[in-house]
Amino acid sequence: MSGIGAALLNSLDIGLLLFIIAVGLNIVFGVLNIINFAHGALYMLGAYLAFTLINIAGMPFWAALLLAPIGVAILAVIIDRVLLRFIYSRDVADSLLLTFAILLIINESVRMIWGSGIHVVQPPDLLSGSVRLLGSSVATYSLFVIAIGLLLLAGLWYLFNRTRIGRIMRAAALDRDMAEALCINTRLVVTGVFAFGAWLAAVGGVMAAPMRALDPGMGDKIIIESFIVVVIGGLGSFPGALLGAIILGLIHGFGGRYLPEVNLLLPFVGMALVLLFKPHGIMGKGATA
Amino acid sequence: MKNKVLMAILAVVIAGLIAVPWIASYFYVFIFTEILVLGLFAASFNLIFGYTGMLSFGHAAFFGIGSYATALVLIHLQWSFLACLLVSMGASALLALVIGFLSVRLNEVYFAMLTLAFGMMVFAIAYQWRSLTNGSDGLAGFTLGSFGLGLDLTLGNPLVYYHVVLGIVVIASIVLYLICRSSFGMILKAIRQNPERVSFAGLNVRTYRLVAFIIAGTFAGLAGGLMAPFLRVASPELLHWSMSAEPILMAILGGTGYFLGPFIGSAAFVLLETWITTYTESWMLVLGIILAMMVIFFRKGLLGTAIDWWMEVKK
Repeated sequence: MSGIGAALLNSLDIGLLLFIIAVGLNIVFGVLNIINFAHGALYMLGAYLAFTLINIAGMPFWAALLLAPIGVAILAVIIDRVLLRFIYSRDVADSLLLTFAILLIINESVRMIWGSGIHVVQPPDLLSGSVRLLGSSVATYSLFVIAIGLLLLAGLWYLFNRTRIGRIMRAAALDRDMAEALCINTRLVVTGVFAFGAWLAAVGGVMAAPMRALDPGMGDKIIIESFIVVVIGGLGSFPGALLGAIILGLIHGFGGRYLPEVNLLLPFVGMALVLLFKPHGIMGKGATA
Repeated sequence: MKNKVLMAILAVVIAGLIAVPWIASYFYVFIFTEILVLGLFAASFNLIFGYTGMLSFGHAAFFGIGSYATALVLIHLQWSFLACLLVSMGASALLALVIGFLSVRLNEVYFAMLTLAFGMMVFAIAYQWRSLTNGSDGLAGFTLGSFGLGLDLTLGNPLVYYHVVLGIVVIASIVLYLICRSSFGMILKAIRQNPERVSFAGLNVRTYRLVAFIIAGTFAGLAGGLMAPFLRVASPELLHWSMSAEPILMAILGGTGYFLGPFIGSAAFVLLETWITTYTESWMLVLGIILAMMVIFFRKGLLGTAIDWWMEVKK
């Protein structure tokens, strides 16, 4: 019983972390209509910035959680204004290619700045212990990730459904020309949304830093996971991102424990199964070619 | 007239390629072998990207499977080289059927994500299935036996191997070119420009996209089969997405709108890589910057930009 409880909690913290990252990918897709291939690289950048702030600059974890995502968001504004602005009016293939180029640039820059080796970030003292829950001992940090994940989930829901900014983002997602006609500065919205997506990715990166070792391949892993989440849940769907993330979290949480030989393969099998029966994801709307 | 000029240029280029082992150093024989193999890989990718308009981020899956198939057959069965290549093509065609079936029915954005994810799935399998693939070390220690067809060639000699590669790549390219020029190729072009209209004309777009995907995968498998004996190892890097980035960059670099674009891209890519890696280890950084610049400013590639410039001059 305790094994199942621990696996469930483990699934939940992986799932909510994935949700934070995948929902950023989804929001950017919804408003800008591009898939940001560099999303995982931005997540990695958040983790490495946190490493520098904590281990080199000696800041507390909380300061890094606040500052690193802001730094990544500023970089995203630069990427948007310097590179992406050229291709918004072009074919979707160009945005895929350009964000892929940005991914290569960020990946290699991380390798150059921080090296190819592994870095470790310690969780803050307050969260480094463990507590007994559901008959097994659970890392306090896991519970913290779950709490932050739920907080962001509620915050995003509130943002999109109850605030003016959320309404403007949804309007821009539905019909950008119409939004422009209604005196909304859509260029500002586009830049803002791209930076917000990057901020979410970096928050995920900082949160993940004490749980996983930092290496230059971590962004690649997470972008594949995020793609699986949005494919399972449905591209552009907010509840879909949550559902997809929880499903993938469960696959990892239980697969890692009970089927370790094939655990790398299970997420893909899950994705293929969903694709066979629901080509647009569980919550997705039509997008057939 | 234009065709005659083009044929003359092609004949000179191929004659030059045949003469490489006599006029260039040993080092450049290796460079040109790589250019030819990767050129075929990029040309197969361009069948689905430049012609059909499907941007795949997982084309290395077929290239890598081709390499592994040849390596496995050489290790366990020691068949002739031609038989190995046929196995490579068959294995990649089968894999392309499975991945394509799940991916081609969705739009471009989904297709890009799915091909990347499935490509990395194949990478994960090669990495984890140690008993078959030898994990991260890859398969090595295989030697080429006979060529097949009763021909007596010493394939272990890099100079002989270069000519074998040249012959096979030229034949494969002619077949690929004929496919592109056929009515089937025309339909693929039409699908890129306007899939709705093709579908209203009564053609099954999904089937055409799937067949194109399988053909591209098969030729990528052939290129992979040629690569393994050249590198003398089949390792998971051949399946990684950074390998999938190479044909994308080569096609964009050379020009996706032309059949020969990917070959020119491959030559530019390999020569640039050789040159740049003597100065810096961060080849991927340079690659990213070049790709970004090509996409933003020179979307037609080297060949397209050169042809536009030539037309301008002639006026």
